[in-house]
Amino acid sequence: MKKVEDFRVLGHKWLNYSSYIIELEAPEPLSPVQPGNFAEIEISNSPHVFLRRPFSIFDANPLTNTLSFYVKVIGEGTRVLGKARKGDKVNIIYPLGNAFSIPEKKNILVVAGGSGIAPFILYGKAMQKQGKQVTFLLGARKAEDIVLTEMFRPYGEVLITTEDGLLGEKGMVTQHSIFIGKDSPFEHIVTCGPEPMMKAVAGIARKKKVSCEVSLENTMACGFGACLCCIVETVDGNKCVCTEGPVFNINQLTWQT
Amino acid sequence: MADLSVSIHKLQLKNPVTTASGTYGYGEEFVEFMDVNRLAAIFVKGITLEHREGNPYPRMAETASGMLNSVGLQNRGVDYFIQHIYPRVRNFDTHIIPNVNGSTIEDYVTVTRKLNEVKGIEAIELNISCPNVKAGGMAFGINRKSAMEATRAVRDVYDKTLIVKLSPNVTDIADMARAVVDAGADAISLVNTFLGMAINAETRRPILGTITGGLSGPAIKPIALRMVWDVFKAVKVPVIGMGGIMNAADAIEFILAGSTAIQVGTANFIDPAASVKILQGVKEYMARQGVSSVKELIGGMIVK
Repeated sequence: MKKVEDFRVLGHKWLNYSSYIIELEAPEPLSPVQPGNFAEIEISNSPHVFLRRPFSIFDANPLTNTLSFYVKVIGEGTRVLGKARKGDKVNIIYPLGNAFSIPEKKNILVVAGGSGIAPFILYGKAMQKQGKQVTFLLGARKAEDIVLTEMFRPYGEVLITTEDGLLGEKGMVTQHSIFIGKDSPFEHIVTCGPEPMMKAVAGIARKKKVSCEVSLENTMACGFGACLCCIVETVDGNKCVCTEGPVFNINQLTWQT
Repeated sequence: MADLSVSIHKLQLKNPVTTASGTYGYGEEFVEFMDVNRLAAIFVKGITLEHREGNPYPRMAETASGMLNSVGLQNRGVDYFIQHIYPRVRNFDTHIIPNVNGSTIEDYVTVTRKLNEVKGIEAIELNISCPNVKAGGMAFGINRKSAMEATRAVRDVYDKTLIVKLSPNVTDIADMARAVVDAGADAISLVNTFLGMAINAETRRPILGTITGGLSGPAIKPIALRMVWDVFKAVKVPVIGMGGIMNAADAIEFILAGSTAIQVGTANFIDPAASVKILQGVKEYMARQGVSSVKELIGGMIVK
């Protein structure tokens, strides 16, 4: 059940110079949240931000009725949200969008680039409950942008690539040594991050003949299927990322790989 | 209990609050957020003869107090609407008003003929003002002669209430209003979006896939309000006003400028329950001001 509610800011945890986790408390019991779902957050303290901002739901705790979001500061909206004070009211529409599937296969590889880590804590938790084995491959340009590795570890092994080579293997996620060799130890791949990275990961999945789901980002006015702005081209025509995504199987997309 | 009802030609509305085409889907998208039955009417997403995929991505750019869109009438065509969508929404206790589009006058006429046969649909909104399609759309609405031709052709095949939606991208909006009324329009709705554009200075590229798009939101409100006033003075048919209405005060301003009913548009994206909150606010305004019928307010701006 989708809701529009005034949440109360509990606090921020700054992770580095440009990213934070914001935790907010719901006024009533949380609606069930699935891994991959997102929320539309109203930024009411800025005259320069007109529309809501969509964010993946990073974590949801039905016991404390809290949601948290991983936010990277990229503009006015994310900057202002980072300055919200404890107790401030923030209006949130949630849960929106579809969810990652529960794959039949056991060995799952998560590939997250930059702020693409956002949906995967919930995913890791859910897959652990399903008895799956998850490996997280996290990539960033700089080592200082690799955050939250400790939060992922309870749910699976964490592998890292950085382009500056200061943490993990040097290079991009798609260059990681786990991809070397003909046979893939992984039977299902999920990915979120910059589009060129996701396309490259989709290419690897195709080559290794494993199923692959991607969580897409898009510019949205509403987030619930009314504006038709956030389309992605699929084999069945244009689809709204907000209602028919954000998670798509790569076979639905028209990506050339 | 104040009287909120208004009439748009033969169409009876239980109150003056409706939602704008392209901002409210078919109403179904909003049932989890609000009671859609409280609305007087839903102007549903623009309909064309054929299935359309719309324009390439990106289709939206946020601007100061507003947004640009270049959706381009993505819809599955009139037959699909009649067979699959309308049956799902016809039982809402509100008028479903299709927004009719076409690349040619023949398209408009064909779509209208089909809708004329649908029981329960009591009005159409003829869209000669979409800025986001290559052929038709706004091209009809910015030229007096073609606006009249399109209106007359549709009038000839439509028995029920014909609302013509005007483009603000014209020099003399009052003249366009008079032209379409002469051609048979029963009511005028305005404004559609203003043609605009946005550029990313860093990449030096346009933000929208189509370069230009339609501007909506509070950014356009003062211009839209002035245009409603101009049209109200120029024609005798009812005017349905819209353009950046975010709250009840905005809605009242449009009514005072001459709107018999109003459409809530972009506000639906930010607060999906905006329309019912606006309706509630209009009621409160009337109570506070001692207004017994909303009709007293139409064009009721006090000038000196």
